[in-house]
Amino acid sequence: MTVKILTVKEDILGANDEKARTNRALVDQHHILLINVMSSPGAGKTSLIMQTINRFKSTTRIAVIEGDIASTIDADKVSQLGIPAVQINTAGACHLDANMIRKALDSLALDQLDLVVIENVGNLICTAEFALGAHKKVMLLSVPEGDDKPYKYPLMFTEADVVLVNKTDVAPYFDFNLAAFTKAVTGLNPKAKIMPISAKTGEGLEAWFSWLEAEMKANRKGAK
Amino acid sequence: MHEGSIVESLLALAVENAERAQASRIVTINVVIGELAGVVEEAMEFYFGFLSKGTIAAGAGLSFKRVPAQLRCRRCSNVFAPASADLRCPACGEAGVEIVAGRELYIDSLEVE
Repeated sequence: MTVKILTVKEDILGANDEKARTNRALVDQHHILLINVMSSPGAGKTSLIMQTINRFKSTTRIAVIEGDIASTIDADKVSQLGIPAVQINTAGACHLDANMIRKALDSLALDQLDLVVIENVGNLICTAEFALGAHKKVMLLSVPEGDDKPYKYPLMFTEADVVLVNKTDVAPYFDFNLAAFTKAVTGLNPKAKIMPISAKTGEGLEAWFSWLEAEMKANRKGAK
Repeated sequence: MHEGSIVESLLALAVENAERAQASRIVTINVVIGELAGVVEEAMEFYFGFLSKGTIAAGAGLSFKRVPAQLRCRRCSNVFAPASADLRCPACGEAGVEIVAGRELYIDSLEVE
């Protein structure tokens, strides 16, 4: 048989991107703000989310989608705060994809929510590649990881709307240069908001809370 | 290691296009990968080997075209290929850059029978 050439020129992750758009449409229909929190393992995503829940749970209806390769440890922690939590176990995959998020959204009472926080699998590479449909991407980088990460994982830093520099409470023990880090991040992504925080002591968290509050307000306004 | 999911999507897209053209077998999949896409070719081939079993893409070759990273300086508009860990503009030293090329991840074409 003769070999024919078919021109395709289609993005391999196009189907995921399309699914992500339908996720966005779904949360928009329910006036929910959807945020995707990404970082390396152990940077403090769960601690940040728990602080955020404690700050907003009296005024905002929150749910959390937890992505982990295995276990329900994170979802259990969130559930203890009285917040609906969906645990996704990716069974080896290093990231969440739009389809997993759709299934998780379908299991939540969307008409009773204002904010859905996705805690992605701890990973700085793969998570940046897969659109989920979130309104905002929040990236967490902890002081012990070092200030050179924007050069090593440029895609993640290019994609983030907010970059939280966590664990400032241990900064005296590390050589983290915040000025150099800020320069590297804004070089790649001038619109990224960089906020030093400690999810443990609460230092700097007010700036993060104000940002989130403003985003929720803007989202509600946009919905009207 | 997101190559598993990427190969699943690649396979679905390739099979869909080949079937639409009423091809009976995919011989080669020509894939374009940007340097910044974070995809390892050997890992793609590994997953492709077993995920393609039982499909019209079984036994097909993956041919990769690599696109080098290109950055554009936000100050002087110089377009350059970054050195490994230094993304600053070599012409003016500015740290502000945007990615012009290197994020590609698509199927360019299929060779089918």
